[in-house]
Amino acid sequence: MAENVTPRVRVPSKASAGDTIAIKTLISHPMESGQRKDKEGNVIPRSIIHRFTCDFNGESVIDVTMEPAISTNPYFEFAAKVPESGTFKFTWYDDDGSVYEESKEITVS
Amino acid sequence: MKITRRQTILMGAAAAIVVPSLGWASATDDAIAAFTGGAEAQAGDGLTLTAPEIAENGNTVPIEVSAPGAEAILVLAAGNPAPEVGEFKFGPLSGEQMASTRIRLAGTQEVIAIAKMPDGSFQRASQEVKVTIGGCGG
Repeated sequence: MAENVTPRVRVPSKASAGDTIAIKTLISHPMESGQRKDKEGNVIPRSIIHRFTCDFNGESVIDVTMEPAISTNPYFEFAAKVPESGTFKFTWYDDDGSVYEESKEITVS
Repeated sequence: MKITRRQTILMGAAAAIVVPSLGWASATDDAIAAFTGGAEAQAGDGLTLTAPEIAENGNTVPIEVSAPGAEAILVLAAGNPAPEVGEFKFGPLSGEQMASTRIRLAGTQEVIAIAKMPDGSFQRASQEVKVTIGGCGG
C-alpha cells in the first residue's frame, strides 16, 4: 500500500432534483511514474493509481483510466447529475492492488 | 566476413536515416488509432481542450476537456516518454461531459484530446504548451 494515501472530495450537501453539480476530488499519492532514477542511477519503478471511478447510487458518473502522466496527488473535477438523494462513491485503484474509497451523501429536494 | 570501415559508416548512415522516421509521432498516432479503431478524428467545435500556453512547471499543468454528449475523451501528450495521459469515460449520471485535471509534461509539446461521440465519430483538439521546467523526473 502506498503510504499516507488520503482521499478528499468536495460534493455539495444539498441540491434540487435533476441538478448538475460540480465534484472535486483529490487524493494524496506520489504517482511514481517509472521515469525517475534514484541516487545510484537505478530506475524507481512505476507505482501509480491507474483508475478512478465515481458512482451515484450504483450508477456510473465517470470512469477515468490514469497513466503516469497524471500529476502527483491526482486531482479531478467533473460534473454529475443528481436525480434523487443518495450516496456518491469514489474509488481509486492503485498499481499495488490497494483500493482507496470515499463516499459522500447528498440530499436532493 | 570482414566489415570494412567504409561499410560500417554506410550502415551507420542508413540507420541514422531510418531511426528518426520512427520517432514519437507514431506512438501518438498508434494511441489515437487504438482509441478510434483507425477512424479519423476531425477537428470541430464539439470538443474543447483548455490548457495554458505557457506552463511554469511541467510537473503539474492544469487542463480541461469538454465535449457535450461525448462518450469518452482521450488525452495525449505527444512529446512525453509515453503519449497516453488519461481517458475519461462518461457514465449515465455524468452531468456534463467535461473533466479537469493536472498532468505532467516532459517539455514543450502538443497536448491532444480526442472525443468519441455517440454516433461513432471522433473529434480532435490540440494545443501546443510551452513548458519551462520539464515534469517527467528529469
